[in-house]
Amino acid sequence: MSAKYLKIFRTASRNLLPSESKGSCRHFHLTSFPQASNVMCRDALNSALDEELERDERVCVIGEEVGQYQGAYKVTRGLYEKYGSRRIVDTPISEMGFTGLAVGAAFNGLRPVCEFMTFNFAMQAIDQIINSAAKTHYMCGGQIKVPIVFRGPNGAAAAVAAQHSQCYAAWYGAIPGLKVVAPYDAEDCRGLLKSAIRDDNPVVVLENEIMYGRAFDLSDEVLSKDFLIPIGKAKIMRAGNHLTMVSFSKLVGFCMQVADKLASEGIECEVINLRSIRPMDRGTIIRSVKKTHRLVTVEEGFPFFGVGSEIAASIFESDAFDYLDAPMQRVTGADVPMPYAENIEALAKPSLEDITQACRMVLEGAIPKEKAKAA
Amino acid sequence: MFQKSTITSNAIITNEEAKIFYEDMLLGRMFEDTCAKMYYQGKMFGFVHLYTGQEAVSTGIIKNLKPYDYVCSNYRDHVHALSKGIPPREVMAELFGKETGCSKGRGGSMHIFSSKYNFLGGFAFIAEGIPIALGAAFRNIYYKQILHNIDDLPISICFIGDGATNNGQFFECLNMASLWKLPIIFVVENNQWAIGMANQRASSVQEIYKKADAFNIPGLEVDGMNILEVIKVSREAIYRARNGQGPTLIEALTYRFRGHSLADPDELRSIEEKNFWIARDPIINFVNYIKNHNLLSDDEIKKIEKKVKLRIEEAVKFAIDSPEPKLQDLAKYLFY
Repeated sequence: MSAKYLKIFRTASRNLLPSESKGSCRHFHLTSFPQASNVMCRDALNSALDEELERDERVCVIGEEVGQYQGAYKVTRGLYEKYGSRRIVDTPISEMGFTGLAVGAAFNGLRPVCEFMTFNFAMQAIDQIINSAAKTHYMCGGQIKVPIVFRGPNGAAAAVAAQHSQCYAAWYGAIPGLKVVAPYDAEDCRGLLKSAIRDDNPVVVLENEIMYGRAFDLSDEVLSKDFLIPIGKAKIMRAGNHLTMVSFSKLVGFCMQVADKLASEGIECEVINLRSIRPMDRGTIIRSVKKTHRLVTVEEGFPFFGVGSEIAASIFESDAFDYLDAPMQRVTGADVPMPYAENIEALAKPSLEDITQACRMVLEGAIPKEKAKAA
Repeated sequence: MFQKSTITSNAIITNEEAKIFYEDMLLGRMFEDTCAKMYYQGKMFGFVHLYTGQEAVSTGIIKNLKPYDYVCSNYRDHVHALSKGIPPREVMAELFGKETGCSKGRGGSMHIFSSKYNFLGGFAFIAEGIPIALGAAFRNIYYKQILHNIDDLPISICFIGDGATNNGQFFECLNMASLWKLPIIFVVENNQWAIGMANQRASSVQEIYKKADAFNIPGLEVDGMNILEVIKVSREAIYRARNGQGPTLIEALTYRFRGHSLADPDELRSIEEKNFWIARDPIINFVNYIKNHNLLSDDEIKKIEKKVKLRIEEAVKFAIDSPEPKLQDLAKYLFY
């Protein structure tokens, strides 16, 4: 095969590509809420990005497949057509490289939203996130601010195995200099992402792939362009007197289901949606525990050094400790890399049964089972 | 410095080799087609990335290796695994999430591993396998030169895509491979697309084989839809690696006929582009070559097709009949 023939291959393929200006084959709604106010989480995030991009020209989106492909999970749908390739930047597969680039841009006045296809992939860029983004403002004595957002899906999806399923809430939550938020519903998605983009500090937004497709009714207030949720404030989803459940992201929904079930038995649970991992709203948790005397934390990530561990510490570090009638129970993912086979994958993630069981145990005052072993 | 080969005609293969190559390519094609069927029937799930269209590269490289050579792949790994010798039933069972799968159902499509066949995975992250492949090459030189423990030098093959050649790990590993003259071949399967991102929009330099120049590594460009071309360059590269002349980078120009994964609607690649490459189906072209050169009779060809079909059917049955992992084994294999 001569070099000339090979050149024909390359040229032929090159000419057949969609041109830059044509973009994708479909036309998309550029407003995310045509008429109804029943909004999917992915569209809630999309509208937040759209509004913030419009509001401030320094905001841009950088990541893999965010532009012409409309986003690997379609969160950036329509933005490329509206804002162009300079503000919605498709990158090569170079997490370390493009994350560092985004941080450097943030040092010097831009406000990038750096998308990771999943937060698993962000581990490739962890040095840039932690050492460049999180620590610089402290290290330089406050001269440089880093108004960057790192966002993408976090935690387990379905059958995507060990390298695609980790929850990073505890890891990022451990870092001074980072803010970390985890939206649950569409309201959270809008308010927290908008706050994150307007914040002058690095914010990690831990979304959830399963929740992208779930829809919620939104009020006019939530749909307004300046709707913000303060970072560091939890939300009480459901009030109750017998038991406090604390969770974040997708599992808030599970807690609500369990609370409904227990209500039919006369047990009234208080469900707290953390919304922010860091700073964590300890005040709301402590006040709730003082009222109910019993606490269950629910998370998807690994048990060691998890969010539940931190909440447990915050209880015994406060006077809420004296109000406990039973040891706290934590529901977590199993202490194994996420397996692929469907049956054991289900075991590795918290179920409604797990949460209900934990509630019953805390109501009985049982000593918690050691969480290190699976099942 | 390695001179580009002066052989002008295609590699000459024997009848026996024609059988092996044809059967292997057909196995890869039929296996992937079956995967698509099984996926839509709900027998396998999650992320599945099919190799359809790129068979000439897998067969053309791996079928020239010795059993003790190492292959390291990426998430598009089913066919590399089959070419390396992992029985189709073990790969299929893995995809079904069964205990009898090569990764015991713990890995799935993106994490095919086999220590028996020296198949080092199976990685979800782009470019993640490159340092792994390099580690295998390092280990082989160590065994030969320091431990004096082996006679023939096993070599290491690293399969990556075009997108991976923009990743830092690619450059770091090319540097070390060249520096230490490690017995490794970097095979770039340039199918020109990431998911919806064309390589033209991602790479400042289109000719990937040129990237090897920066590290003093010979870079060879080859038509990845022509198995004879692939065989020719792979034999040259294998010879180099095994004889202490260091690494080679092979850029195979190829195309995936299906979307990036079974979840990809594949709307950004134009129909014209797809048809252009489907007309260059490596298996059809190889069959024509076989017939034109009387390497195999029509009967023999039909026999091979029947054999492959049976192997696939048996693999599916095995996978369906196999047990799932035991529930109490959730935490097994955490530690050695």
